[in-house]
Amino acid sequence: MALVRIDALHKHFGSNHVLKGIDLDIEEGQVIALIGRSGSGKSTLLRTINGLESFDEGCIEVDGERIHPHETDLRALRQKVGMVFQQFNLFPHLSAGQNVMLATRIVRKMPEAEARELAKAMLLKVGLQDKFDAFPDQLSGGQQQRVAIARALAMQPRVLLCDEITSALDPELVNEVLAVVKDLAAEGMTLIMVTHEMRFAREVGDKLVFMYQGRVHEAGDPREVFANPQTPELAAFIGSIN
Amino acid sequence: MNDISTWDIVRNLFDGAVWTLALSLTAFVFGGLAGLAILFARIAKHALPRRLALGYIEIFQGTPLLMQLFIIFFGGSLIGLEISPWIAAAIGLTLFTSAYLAEIWRGCVEAIPKGQWEASASLALSRFEQMRYVILPQALRIAIAPTVGFSVQVVKGTAVASIIGFVELTKTGSMLANATFQPFLVFGFVALGYFALCYPLSAYARTLERNLHGARSH
Repeated sequence: MALVRIDALHKHFGSNHVLKGIDLDIEEGQVIALIGRSGSGKSTLLRTINGLESFDEGCIEVDGERIHPHETDLRALRQKVGMVFQQFNLFPHLSAGQNVMLATRIVRKMPEAEARELAKAMLLKVGLQDKFDAFPDQLSGGQQQRVAIARALAMQPRVLLCDEITSALDPELVNEVLAVVKDLAAEGMTLIMVTHEMRFAREVGDKLVFMYQGRVHEAGDPREVFANPQTPELAAFIGSIN
Repeated sequence: MNDISTWDIVRNLFDGAVWTLALSLTAFVFGGLAGLAILFARIAKHALPRRLALGYIEIFQGTPLLMQLFIIFFGGSLIGLEISPWIAAAIGLTLFTSAYLAEIWRGCVEAIPKGQWEASASLALSRFEQMRYVILPQALRIAIAPTVGFSVQVVKGTAVASIIGFVELTKTGSMLANATFQPFLVFGFVALGYFALCYPLSAYARTLERNLHGARSH
């Protein structure tokens, strides 16, 4: 059974129909790369999966946790779905370690010492074990994004959503973040990424989903899809980024 | 008839200033607590508390403080409540302060980037937990300078309490002016008294503002 099931999902922003019936099943351990032009609905789709965006019709189910349109109690869902943002969104008043500990302390009610150990382990995982006490503004963009990944992982999510997580980084910092994501993929973490890193999508992705005007226009194995696009829209999109 | 010396004037004005200070502090502390509650209502998820809070703020920002004091003081006696000028002034200024502080603080909360709400929501924090652990600690930083700045308005606002007969600095001044026929001298001292209370506050607000714009200290 799929870990994430998206069924006939529709969403409107006012009169703008941004998601026009999305069906998508994601198996445990899969790495999904969502690509498409800006305005194609890929970020909106990603944000509906943890309830940052509401939707109007359809249903989303993550690991047995079902959400319906206009659901307001999203805490159970959000404990299963982690998210990493383009702008990192670290809490600037907390150190890296405290950023990672916060939710485990408050939401999971984990004792201080245990939460601290877990936070250290998570920072070690992203290669920042020596930055526990550093504040976000003392870290580079790449380091901040790795702390953000550690923060999401500390909640032990079943799925990690990545919303253009390397787009705000200087080019030389992109690889250190992608390396962390690659490790996660190798460990079997289920990842749904909106990305512009096509090479990364091809190398690490299990499935490529090309969104076009609010629909899944084409989907499949990344290598095949890139080599052999079936629609002129995808061919044009691939042409425009290469 | 000048058996009231300058020293007597200063001494009496000092006593009045103590009441001005007491009224300011009372209004500020209780107004701050009430303001926090109104702030929560003002940014609530549901429309009803938001609208009620907005209505409250509009009423107290949109009518003169003097009218508010009159309504509390005379309205109280109309429904048979004996309200002393001190209580009426304390209630009036508390309500006034709470409305302004709630609105100042709302601005500070809204200055926190949306990404902070989204990141904390994604970590499954409840709305209250988001406020408590993520938003307010950051908003507080920005709020300190305008809050201290507003406290100057509260101090000066206490002067209207003299009209309902509360004997603070201004009221003491007008009584002394009537007794000495030296209004210029007396009100000169009164003004100095307010300045002595307010200047340190506004100077402090300026320092805070400068420090917050400079390097952040952890």
